Amino acid sequence: MPSFDETLSRLQTELAGRILKTDLHRGETTLFLDKKDLVSVCQTLKSGYGFNFLADVLGTDRFTDDDRYEVVYHLRNFSESGFLRLVVRVDEADLTVDSVCGVWKTANWEEREVFDMYGIRFNNHPDLRRMYMPQDFAYHPLRKEFPLIGIEGSIPLPAKE
Amino acid sequence: MGIESAFGEGYVTTTVDALANWARKNSVWPMPMGLSCCGIELMAFAGPRYDVSRFGSEVFRFSPRQADLLLVAGTCTYKMSKVVRKIWDQMPDPKWCIAMGACASTGGMFRSYPVAQGIDEFLPVDVYVPGCPPRPDAVLNALMQIQEKINQHSVLMDK
Ligand code: SF4
Repeated sequence: MPSFDETLSRLQTELAGRILKTDLHRGETTLFLDKKDLVSVCQTLKSGYGFNFLADVLGTDRFTDDDRYEVVYHLRNFSESGFLRLVVRVDEADLTVDSVCGVWKTANWEEREVFDMYGIRFNNHPDLRRMYMPQDFAYHPLRKEFPLIGIEGSIPLPAKE
Repeated sequence: MGIESAFGEGYVTTTVDALANWARKNSVWPMPMGLSCCGIELMAFAGPRYDVSRFGSEVFRFSPRQADLLLVAGTCTYKMSKVVRKIWDQMPDPKWCIAMGACASTGGMFRSYPVAQGIDEFLPVDVYVPGCPPRPDAVLNALMQIQEKINQHSVLMDK
């Protein structure tokens, strides 16, 4: 059986120019990418390194002045039982990331969730609507400045009579 | 209508009340609105161990038009509140409502943006059942309180 560690070191050499930073924590590798390289790196990882499954896409709000948001991708390589995490940072001034729906179809709903919760827009997404909150909701609830209890009156309740 | 204007709270209406209430309180058909974990305890309430059929309420109606009692069991989100209200509006009068569990009564531990902080914000609740989840016997007690409330009912109150 081919070892996943070999695959990892192979891909790190091939993608060296496009990786901003590599992080190793408890046996899990995280690659920080520039958002303009994201889709091309994903394509390479899928076609050349067997990452056939996108397990999750999530956002984080770091509440910093620059590069405030992160979009995190969890990839799985089933044939070698491998796991890889990709991180792209998004600045508040330009809240867009290219969609990876063209690489893994499962990204569709995951990216909709990130859009719903953080307001990060995904370019070329086929159907970028809110995932959980009502379509006319005006806020993005997982942003740090959003109060936990919500904003009163932002989602109307039916009348009691 | 007829009888109440003719007799007021006289012999006929009280006798009709006694008969109608006896029938109503022993056949409270619940509409189970199991929205989350409390819904599981609601099933135990209906199952053989606690056996709600002893009180005439074993006929769970999944059509609101045949139900007398809305049993909201679980966490009601803002999105779901419109559905719950619609189901309540479809139920024929007279009707009653139980808020089962901390979530349905107050929002419970979900003091957060998607969860309505109690179904009484948009429904007239008759009995609240505390607990997370309440034991099935607590729900039986709530049902018996509804039966007592039905006993106070009069045809004069019907719309
Ligand atoms: S009260 Fe507790 S058991 Fe019931 S729905 Fe809420 S969290 Fe679940």
